[in-house]
Amino acid sequence: MSQEYRLILKNADQPGYTTDMDCYLRHGGYGALKKALALPVKDLPDGKKMTAQEQIREDVKASGLRGRGGAGFSCGLKWSFVDRKSGKPIYLICNADESEPGTFKDRQIIYKDPHQLVEGMIISCFANDVHLAYIYIRGEMPDGARILKKALADARAKNFLGKNILGSGYDLEIYVHRGAGAYICGEETGLIESLEGKRAYPRIKPPYFPAVLGLYMCPTIVNNVETLAAVKHIVTMGSAEYAKLGTPNNTGTRIVSVSGQVKKPGYFEVEVGKATIGELIFHEKFGGGLKDGRKLKAIIPGGSSSKVFKAGEKFKLKRKGADGQMTAVEVDMLDLPYDFDSLQQAGSMSGSGAIIVVDDSTDIVSVLANLSEFYAHESCGQCTPCREGSLWMNKALHRMSHGHGRKQDADYLLNIAQNIQGRTICAFGEACAWPVLSFVNKFKDEFVAKGAADEAKNHGGAGPTNEMKIAASPRAD
Amino acid sequence: MSFTVPKELETELDELITHYPQKRSASLMFLHAIQEHFGFISPEAMEWTAKKLELQPINVYELVTFYPMFRTEKLGKYQIKVCRTLSCALGGSHALRDHFCQKLGLDSTKHEPQTTKDGKFTVEFVECLASCGTAPVVMINEDFHEGVSNQKADELLGRCK
Ligand SMILES: Cc1cc2nc3c(=O)[nH]c(=O)nc-3n(C[C@H](O)[C@H](O)[C@H](O)COP(=O)(O)O)c2cc1C
Ligand code: SF4
Ligand code: FES
Repeated sequence: MSQEYRLILKNADQPGYTTDMDCYLRHGGYGALKKALALPVKDLPDGKKMTAQEQIREDVKASGLRGRGGAGFSCGLKWSFVDRKSGKPIYLICNADESEPGTFKDRQIIYKDPHQLVEGMIISCFANDVHLAYIYIRGEMPDGARILKKALADARAKNFLGKNILGSGYDLEIYVHRGAGAYICGEETGLIESLEGKRAYPRIKPPYFPAVLGLYMCPTIVNNVETLAAVKHIVTMGSAEYAKLGTPNNTGTRIVSVSGQVKKPGYFEVEVGKATIGELIFHEKFGGGLKDGRKLKAIIPGGSSSKVFKAGEKFKLKRKGADGQMTAVEVDMLDLPYDFDSLQQAGSMSGSGAIIVVDDSTDIVSVLANLSEFYAHESCGQCTPCREGSLWMNKALHRMSHGHGRKQDADYLLNIAQNIQGRTICAFGEACAWPVLSFVNKFKDEFVAKGAADEAKNHGGAGPTNEMKIAASPRAD
Repeated sequence: MSFTVPKELETELDELITHYPQKRSASLMFLHAIQEHFGFISPEAMEWTAKKLELQPINVYELVTFYPMFRTEKLGKYQIKVCRTLSCALGGSHALRDHFCQKLGLDSTKHEPQTTKDGKFTVEFVECLASCGTAPVVMINEDFHEGVSNQKADELLGRCK
């Protein structure tokens, strides 16, 4: 089904729609909050009673909502891990760090419909007995921080926040906290350290699972902006209706960011798994295809940390047939449904929902060199394999993309990457190793050829080739 | 050197402390506010912040060095941040940075932030600014600019008075 399904971004780009409270209220805003606060206690068949909070938590679980920040973990399950017996306060943090290269979806919600996030957050806090929550927004979004601050102040003025919200007896405060330019603050435990006023050094799990030992060593929920916005819709529609959107185990809608070498880069909200990755890139209603005369070279399917797909790659997907039997079907990478499970089965991930397209005009070595520079810059430096490995990989790739490649560089890179993954405190280790492993393995001939050509040239006395620029000039408007 | 914080700023900072159960949490927001006001964060400002938040100066210093957005010296009046990361690079952001450097008489082969002699402009590369669909993107101080062509870059420079 090649069309957008706008649930979260329903109003965002409509003419005249603003970030003001009045505008949000005119569009039915804070109706879900009112509904949530007024849910009557439910009598269960076994005589037990279910509070409003428990009902919402149950609903979120039943909706099948999976985290939109990167890992795709069940939101309801995450909430169920929260230690509710510790006697300590429970905190909720909205992860608005949006730092995974290629991703620009949370920005749309924050800048165009901030109250939707605030409402989703208040409901999520209510459901989890949270009385103090934060929005951790990346430092490079100063306007976003101002917009959110205003939205929170306006919500306070209407008593959607503060003491005794709408007479329900429930108290909640939410504050905006700004990061300061470090990617690792997107990792939830790094984010927590940063919110505590420290360097964003991720914590080791176990024991520091946020649900038990999070902010100030108290139980803490960290959810992505889009995940929290979706909660509002689950309450409005009911979990059964929400779960009808998307595909089994991959429910709801998702905002996909498409960038790189396509005609119409942009963000598209689709039902999860109803559009294929090929449609998202080529269809008129989405990315609009490659630039004229270009052929597809590679796709980074789920943010810069996800493993790359090479044009023409085929994958075996497990599918349930009409008879209930599981069969394996072969699909081209372009025909992969853009959902959590299919991309995982294809050896990669849908991650933050960000597709970066690379065409045949681009040198693959310089693409990886660009990404490796990012990771070398962003490693927090706590773990030796990540700190040193990310720098070594960057150094080798920098050398290669500046005309000093060697034939053995491909294996050298693979060796370093293999020694990072699985040996670090946080998933950044994988995030920096996976691009190298997948690019070098899948395009090995090009990496080796580049090294060989440089060696021949340099030994032949011609001197190194010039630096390769990824793209010669800014796009013409 | 003495360091004084104007009353208004101090009131703003005091209010920030109330947002957190632990004072230390306010440090990033403090440093943002101080940098916005003074243009950079001096050793005296770090000491002042530490005292205010009941921390050791090293606790603040290590933040200033860890987080890329914080500055320990005054940079240009207009700070031009060009996104270096993949989608923008594919959209020509590296050539765009060269263009800025060339226009402003800076050395485009240098990677670190560079400031013009008159102190008016600083040009630097930054990592993904979360607007990859409108590559190449640039921030000039707090203002965000999308799809910046060379021509648009010249217009933006012209607007910096
Ligand atoms: C290196 C790294 C960077 C991350 N960056 C972000 C980010 O910018 N935004 C985000 O929401 N999650 C990010 N995550 C994922 C978070 O750790 C966490 O899983 C997520 O915020 C949970 O929210 P969700 O369950 O709603 O997806 C990152 C993870 C890693 C390992
Ligand atoms: S894996 Fe890298 S980013 Fe994560 S904690 Fe270790 S050094 Fe820091
Ligand atoms: S790559 Fe430049 S904004 Fe993301």
